[in-house]
Order: sequence, then structure tokens, then C-alpha cells
Amino acid sequence: MRVGVFICHCGSNIAGTIDVAKVAAEMRKVPGVAFATNYMYTCSEPGQDEIKEAIKREKLNRIVVAACSPRMHELTFRRTIEKAGLNRYFLEMANIREHISWIGLDKEANTNKAIESVKMAVAKAMNNKPLYSQSFKVNKRVLVIGGGVAGMQAALDCADGGLEVILVEKSPSVGGMMARLDKTFPTIDCSICILGPKMVDVAQHDKIKLYAYSEVDDIKGYVGNYQIKIKKKATYVDWVKCTGCGACMEKCPAKNSYDHFNFGVAPTRAINIPFPQAIPKKAKIDPNYCRQFVKGKCGVCAKICPTGAINYEMQDEIITEDVGAIIVASGYGLVDMDKFPEYGAGRYPDVITGIQYERLLNASGPTEGHILRPSDKTEPKTVVFVSCAGSRDKSCGIPYCSNFCCMYIAKQAILTKDHIPDSQSYVFYMDIRSPGKGYDEFTRRAQEDYGAKYVRGRVSRIYPKGKKMVVVGADTLLGTQVEVEADLVVLATAVTAAPGAPQLAEKLHISYDTFGFYVEGHPKLRPVETNTAGVYLAGCAQGPKDIPASVGQGSAAASKVQALFSKDMLESDPAVAKVNENTCVGCLKCIMTCPFGAVKEKELRGGRIVANVIETVCAGCGVCTATCPCGAIQLSHFTDNQLLAEVNTICQK
Amino acid sequence: MAEREYAYYSGCSLEGTAVEYDMSMKLVLEALDVNLKEPEDWSCCGSTPAHTVDHVLAAALAARNLSIIEKMGTDTVTVPCPSCLSAFKRAHLGMAGDASFKDQVNDLIDEPYNGGVISKSTLQIMYEDIGLEEVAKKVTHALPDLVVAPYYGCILTRPPEIAQFDDPENPVSMDKILEAVGVKVSSFVFKLECCGAAFGVPKRDMVNRLTAKVLSMALDSGANCIAVACPLCQQNLDLRQSQVNALMGTNYNIPILYFSQIVGLTYGLTPKELGIDKLIVSADDLIRSRITVEELAQNKAAAEAEEKARKAKQKEDKTKTEET
Ligand SMILES: Cc1cc2nc3c(=O)[nH]c(=O)nc-3n(C[C@H](O)[C@H](O)[C@H](O)COP(=O)(O)OP(=O)(O)OC[C@H]3O[C@@H](n4cnc5c(N)ncnc54)[C@H](O)[C@@H]3O)c2cc1C
Ligand code: SF4
Ligand code: SF4
Repeated sequence: MRVGVFICHCGSNIAGTIDVAKVAAEMRKVPGVAFATNYMYTCSEPGQDEIKEAIKREKLNRIVVAACSPRMHELTFRRTIEKAGLNRYFLEMANIREHISWIGLDKEANTNKAIESVKMAVAKAMNNKPLYSQSFKVNKRVLVIGGGVAGMQAALDCADGGLEVILVEKSPSVGGMMARLDKTFPTIDCSICILGPKMVDVAQHDKIKLYAYSEVDDIKGYVGNYQIKIKKKATYVDWVKCTGCGACMEKCPAKNSYDHFNFGVAPTRAINIPFPQAIPKKAKIDPNYCRQFVKGKCGVCAKICPTGAINYEMQDEIITEDVGAIIVASGYGLVDMDKFPEYGAGRYPDVITGIQYERLLNASGPTEGHILRPSDKTEPKTVVFVSCAGSRDKSCGIPYCSNFCCMYIAKQAILTKDHIPDSQSYVFYMDIRSPGKGYDEFTRRAQEDYGAKYVRGRVSRIYPKGKKMVVVGADTLLGTQVEVEADLVVLATAVTAAPGAPQLAEKLHISYDTFGFYVEGHPKLRPVETNTAGVYLAGCAQGPKDIPASVGQGSAAASKVQALFSKDMLESDPAVAKVNENTCVGCLKCIMTCPFGAVKEKELRGGRIVANVIETVCAGCGVCTATCPCGAIQLSHFTDNQLLAEVNTICQK
Repeated sequence: MAEREYAYYSGCSLEGTAVEYDMSMKLVLEALDVNLKEPEDWSCCGSTPAHTVDHVLAAALAARNLSIIEKMGTDTVTVPCPSCLSAFKRAHLGMAGDASFKDQVNDLIDEPYNGGVISKSTLQIMYEDIGLEEVAKKVTHALPDLVVAPYYGCILTRPPEIAQFDDPENPVSMDKILEAVGVKVSSFVFKLECCGAAFGVPKRDMVNRLTAKVLSMALDSGANCIAVACPLCQQNLDLRQSQVNALMGTNYNIPILYFSQIVGLTYGLTPKELGIDKLIVSADDLIRSRITVEELAQNKAAAEAEEKARKAKQKEDKTKTEET
């Protein structure tokens, strides 16, 4: 065995707090190590060349690179040694940057820890076996979860590139939040006028299969070969027969149903088409309000419907689709008003949220675009906007900035003046965040051309006084308290993860942060990838962002899928579990523990039952190896022998 | 045998400016079968003056009292004054959460405090321990003319991590207690607004302005008196009402009662026993309408009968006009 050890300085990232030369010198004393050196940037071209040359010159057959996290560069170095003729699994990495140099300042202690860490990697490398990938066929269909602007962009880009797309949307129509907006910053163009045509394209594209009012129920498989179970929720209306005429909606007597599309600004009917431009434009019954369901009698819509589409007996339906890649674009939610007892916690009708205000501004909204305050349907003359309602507020559990509210507040202030020329808007803000192209000019226009008064300070309280809402806050620039008697108050409520985001992440085996937003592969270099091969992200599901950024990510995710599908065959990762059929006693505990369903029962000749791993399904998590009572199931590249060799090394003194 | 027993820390205000809070609170709790044990040789709670200077010294003042109570063998102390309560809770939680702070404090007092006493306001024990049902059972009288604005002040429920009671921004406990004893409560949005607290001395004008707001919002809510649970709030709203009137050119004349005085009145206790005569803005006119619950029921029945008769007559008149 001839091991080569390469210690990287990573500029001063590692060399700053670890004596790298000493680590290399110590390694030269380790039995089996034929060569050890340290280098400024091992990942650079000359650094990689040095590894390749040393392999040839010193006849090395196992390589240890002590550098950054394997998440960062394991693949890079695997390719390097492969080019020099070694099996790529003969590489072992010791993470002396994230695990050592970045977390401690004591150089001596760091150096000692680094020596132990690299010794462990050497011990493991000496036990590494050559492993070979299998190749398998890719199913070139893609699943897009979420039909907001990000998901639609991704679906259209994939479909235009010739891929078959399955688009699953939870609500009855595609469009997401953008379909609810009135105008959009920074150009004040009508939201639905630019989104509507995209929605129609989605509906008409022969490569896109849309499942609206559906959710992903179960996901099995792996990159290139997923089996998806989709739950089509019961709409109680046969969408093949429904023509979207809306006759049912006019006659439905349950007039006080909660309107999800309009965020409850006004009630809707129990049977409804959410908005005039809905895609698909089909009716759906809300059983929480429908008299047929609540009281057991009504049946008006069934009598009215000219095509006989109503079916009160309809059940949820499960459909299976096979795909090779998944784009998650499930968007965002908004924090509840209950979070703000100091602003009335939703008790005052004239304190509303930004998205509700969009609906009041919108020509196809419940007030047909006339701004009328909810309590008495009068036109407000003084409107107060409260930014960061919940955002950047640790006491609400939301320390982050919601990204786009500063901008939409400026937009709404401009639109308020457009609608009601003798109105006055006030904006209470912490600071104005407008870093996009043309954005700062836009927020200035709101102030300079449209006369919105910006008050830098937080609002401490809102309370009713007669017909007015009194907004009490601080003006931190003047150092005084201010009180504004408003007719209407609009809270820019914080952006949260979409409802159910963590549950969806569990199904997809992707990670999510404390707040439920999905975690990208790398914050800078892999912004739309996840750490699960074949699963990509787009839009607000990854974190709050505006429409241009969401669309950009939708296209980026689509191009990643195109790149993945440019090959007909993919290579599997051989670092998966393997059963030693001689020692397996057939207890099959591993079948029960495998979270991926990768272990199956197998009958040997002679009838003996053993476990068998389906290599392409196994994700290499290793749970089964801990379960097996006789050590018969081993994770390749992480076998008991390899791990024990590492443990032995640190226990030796 | 009394149903419940608590240690009772009155604090300095309740011996002086707020003696009527003490008198009424004790009588109400007695009526509710609560036995109160006052600690011997209690001292200053360590509130405002001390804690603005030194947290350890302030906590030591509080801890001295808590340690005495601990030795009495009672695990809960009930405290009418929110400032005392806050001082006790701060000391208790500070010592529980930080061993070195606890040692520093215990070093300063004769007998160490070991963290065995829970402090609750008298409002809290009535709302949570005794319960609205029990509170309602003792009612013998009604106050038909009263419309009360319940005023909690700033620290009874805040900061939430110290107070650990009721909703920090929209408390309801006092509202519920007053409703339970049959009193009309207005929907008052200034429940927590600052009364000016101890700034009454250094910044009188400011406090008067703050007080004026509370008074005006109470009137706006339709109330004709304010209920309080804090000696300082009571003082600012009651004692300073004439100052407010002088400064702002207003004419406020709103009685400021302790919630315990109102509850006491519904329990049939005399205004004298409850210290109503000690209020600056007199509540005498307002409470003169007090009647027994029986009388109230009779009045109600009579009013209903009258209404019925009136309706019947109206109907008769109508049919008559139709006939002609
Ligand atoms: C008041 C307000 C005003 C705004 N104004 C502007 C503006 O003027 N300009 C601008 O650039 N941005 C604006 N924005 C931001 C804009 O709304 C977002 O950037 C944009 O909607 C993000 O698109 P998305 O597709 O990522 O998410 P969404 O629009 O949230 O779409 C996500 C979709 O996924 C669906 N979904 C969720 N979970 C699932 C699931 N489990 N399965 C299937 N489907 C699911 C949802 O039903 C939804 O249709 C505004 C936001 C608000 C709140
Ligand atoms: S975008 Fe502006 S309003 Fe929204 S959270 Fe960030 S700073 Fe606050
Ligand atoms: S640099 Fe200016 S515009 Fe950019 S984020 Fe900071 S404050 Fe906003």
C-alpha cells in the first residue's frame, strides 16, 4: 500500500490556524504513507497536476486530500485521481477547514487535531476498495411542483425544450401569488396581463400535463427514475363536463364562503371559479360551506349546471406518473395577523395585509378596483403602510427580511395616489431595501412624485378611535413620537414558507431551514440545485424573492434539468448497501428500517431467504447496517472495517 | 377552614397612598375563603429606585422578602402591587436562571433564598386559582349604573417572559372578573397605555398629558369609571385629574376604583370598609345606584312586563286604526 497525502493551505483559510508543514511531516512517519506534502491551493490546476504527477512518480495507489469539506471538492479530486489511472474511490478526504481551522484559533490544538484527522483518513484509505458505477436509463420526463410564476416558467422552458412535463398545483388554478397582484413593481405593469398569457400557454402546451387541485402524495425512486403518486383532490365537479360558464356560482345560496383567492377580503360562494382568468377555468365546491355537505340538502348547482357536471359523491383519486427529475416551486405563505396583538391581531377590519390590499386595488377584485375600506365601504383618504410586520423581528421568530415588501409598499403608495388623488399615504419603515435594477428610483418616485410620507420608525400600536385607526409610532430621525389618524392600515406581513413545506421536503428527501425554506446545494454556486440528485428549486420555496428573481430561478432550474437529460444514461453511485448472502440470516429487519424501500426479499436456490439491495434505489444512508444483527449488510465505501480502522487510529496513543 | 392559603405581601404603597387597595383586597379575599399570611419584618421590594441603579442590590431587596416567605413554608405569595410583583419575579427568575447571579444576591442577605416561592398577583389568583365561577358565587349586589373601563397598566402582563400571565398585549383577566360579578365593562383600547408611572415627580406635564389620553379614551369607550390594579396607575389617574384639567383645560371627573373595590361592592361590603371615601375623585354618586340582586331581578321583571304591555297596546292601536 502506497498512500499519498496532500495537505492544502486554502490560502490562509487553513494555513492561518494549522501548521500544515508539521501535519505533512507527521504524515510521513505513518506506516503506509509513501509521500506527503503541503500546497497553497490543492484544487487549482497546478495543485491537481501535482497529485497526478506524484501518483505516477511515487507509484501511489491511495490518495488522501486534507482540505475543505468533501461537499465542496470531493468530486474534483475523484476526477483528478481517475485521470491518473486510479479508481475514484481510492480517494479519501479529511475536512480540516470547516471541522478544524475555521472553528478554533489555537494553532497548536488545531494542528494536533488535524494530524489525528488526517491519520484517520489514511487508515480509511488503506481499506478502500475499488468500486464501479452502473449505468441506467433516464426517464426524460420532469415533475414540477407548484404552478406559481416560478413553476410555470420552469414548466414552459422544459416543455419548449421538448421534455414532457407533469405540473402539479395544489390550488384550483395555476398563477400563485402573482395572479392576485394588481400591478407589479418597478414598471407598474398589470400583473395578470403579463401572467395570463403564460397561464394559457401552460394549459395549451401539448407537452405539459397539468394536475390542478392536486398534491404529491408519495415519491419513490431516485434521479432518473422516480415514481410519483399524485392525489387529485375531489372538486365535486366533473372537470371534463364543466365548461366554466359560472351559472352554478350565481345561484349557489351559500354566499358566505371563505374566499381563499381573495384572502377573505369579501366572501364567495361555496361553488366557485376562483377568478375570471383561472386556468383551468373550472368550478369547485368547498365542502366546508356547501349546504349539501353541511346540512345534507340543497342540490341547487346540480339542478342549474347545463352539462350535469356536479357530482357530490366524488372521491379523491390517486394517479401514478413516472419522471426523471423534479423541480420544486411551491412558493411561500404569509404570517398570520394573530402574531400582532399590538396591531389588533385581526380584530380591526380596517387593518389589512398587503396581499388583501392588492385585491382591493385589483380591477377584477371584489371591489372592482375601487379602494373601499372593509368596515364601512368608504374611500380612505389617509392610508398607513407598516413595513416589516413580523419580518426582521426575533420576537415573532422571523429574523429574516421578507425581501420584496419595501418595494410593493412603494408600489401600493403610488397606486393609492393614482386611485384617490386627494389621499395621503404614510409609510413606517426600518430602512428601505431596494437594491434591484431601477428599484431605488422607484421608491424615490413614491416619495418625490407621489408624496408618500416615509417615517423611519416602528409602529408600536394601532387602536380604533371613532371611525379612524390611530397609528402610534416613533420617528427615529426626528426623535419624536408620531401619531397618524388613518382610515386604512396596511401591514406588510412577513413571508413564511408555504404551508406544508417541511412535509413536502421529507417526501423529497431535501433539506429545509428552521423556517421551512428549502436549502440550495450551495448558497452561491448551486443556487437551484439541492443536495439530492435530480431535485431542483425555483422561486420563493427557497426563500423570499420577487418575480424577476423567481422567473430567473424557474429558467435556471429548467436548464439544469435539460443538462441532466442531455445524457441517455446516468451513472449510479456505487457507495450503496450490499448484502453478504453467506452471513445473512434472513431476519429482514433491514427491510423495515430502510426509509427508501431499497431492500427486498430474495429467495436463493434451495429456498433460503435473504435480503437484497436494489442498488439504484439505495440512497446510501446506512441505516440498515446499524440494524443488521449479524453485520451482513454493509455500506460500500463505509464498511465496518473502514470505520473501525478510523476509530482504532484515534484510540491509539 | 379557609379554602386556600397564600402569603400576602402588601408592599409600601398599600400602607400609604393605596391603603384602600389593601383594605378592599383583604376583604374580598376573605369573602372568597382565602387565608392570607403576612410575612413578619418584610422590607422594600426593590422596585423602581433600586433596579434603575443596581440589579444585584435590587434583587437582594426582593430576595430578602422571598427568603422570609420561603421560611414560612408557603410556596405562593400573592402581591397586589404590580411593581412589587415584577421586582419579585425578576429576582426569582434571574436567580433561577443564573447561578452566579444567585450567589451574588444571596451573599448580600442573611438567609439565602433558594427559589421556592412563586409570586402571583392578586388578580391572577382570583382569575386562575379561585376561578370566575367562585368569584361570581359571592355576589349579592348589583351596580346598574356602572360602566367600567378596565385598565391594566404597563407591567401587570409585561414583559411576557417575566409576567407570565394573561395576554401581554390584550389582557382580559380583569374584564372577565368584573363581568363575572355582573358589572358592565366597556371595550377599552387603552388597557395598557402608559399612565406616566413614576415620572409624575420629574416630568409632571408629560404625565398629565399621558393621563389625559387614558381618561379621554375611557370616556370615548362609554365608561363612567376606570378600574385599576396598580397603586401608581390609580394615583396618576385619580390624584392628577385636577392637574390634568388645569393643564389641558378639560373637565374630567372620572372615579378611579381598584377592581377589588368594585368586586367588594358587589359582595355587599360597605363603601366605608372598602375605602371608597379615600378616593380623590368621588365615586359616591356612581355607586349610589347599588341595589341587591333580588331588587335587580324585580326591576328587570317589572321593566319586561311594562315593555310587554306597551307592545300589546301598540298592536291594539294598530288593529284599531286598520279597522277604521
Ligand atoms: C402583497 C404582495 C405584493 C407583491 N408585489 C410584487 C410586485 O409588484 N413585483 C414583484 O416582483 N413581486 C411582488 N410580490 C412577490 C411575488 O408574489 C413573488 O415573487 C412570486 O409570487 C413568487 O412566485 P413563486 O412561484 O415562487 O411562488 P407562489 O406565487 O407562491 O406560487 C407557488 C405555487 O405553488 C403552489 N403550491 C404550494 N405548495 C404546494 C404543494 N405542496 N404542492 C403543489 N403546489 C403547491 C401554490 O398553490 C402556488 O400556486 C408581491 C408579494 C406580495 C405578498
Ligand atoms: S423588504 Fe423591507 S419591509 Fe420587507 S421585511 Fe425587508 S426591510 Fe422589512
Ligand atoms: S446598499 Fe442600499 S439599497 Fe442596497 S441593500 Fe443596502 S441600503 Fe438597500
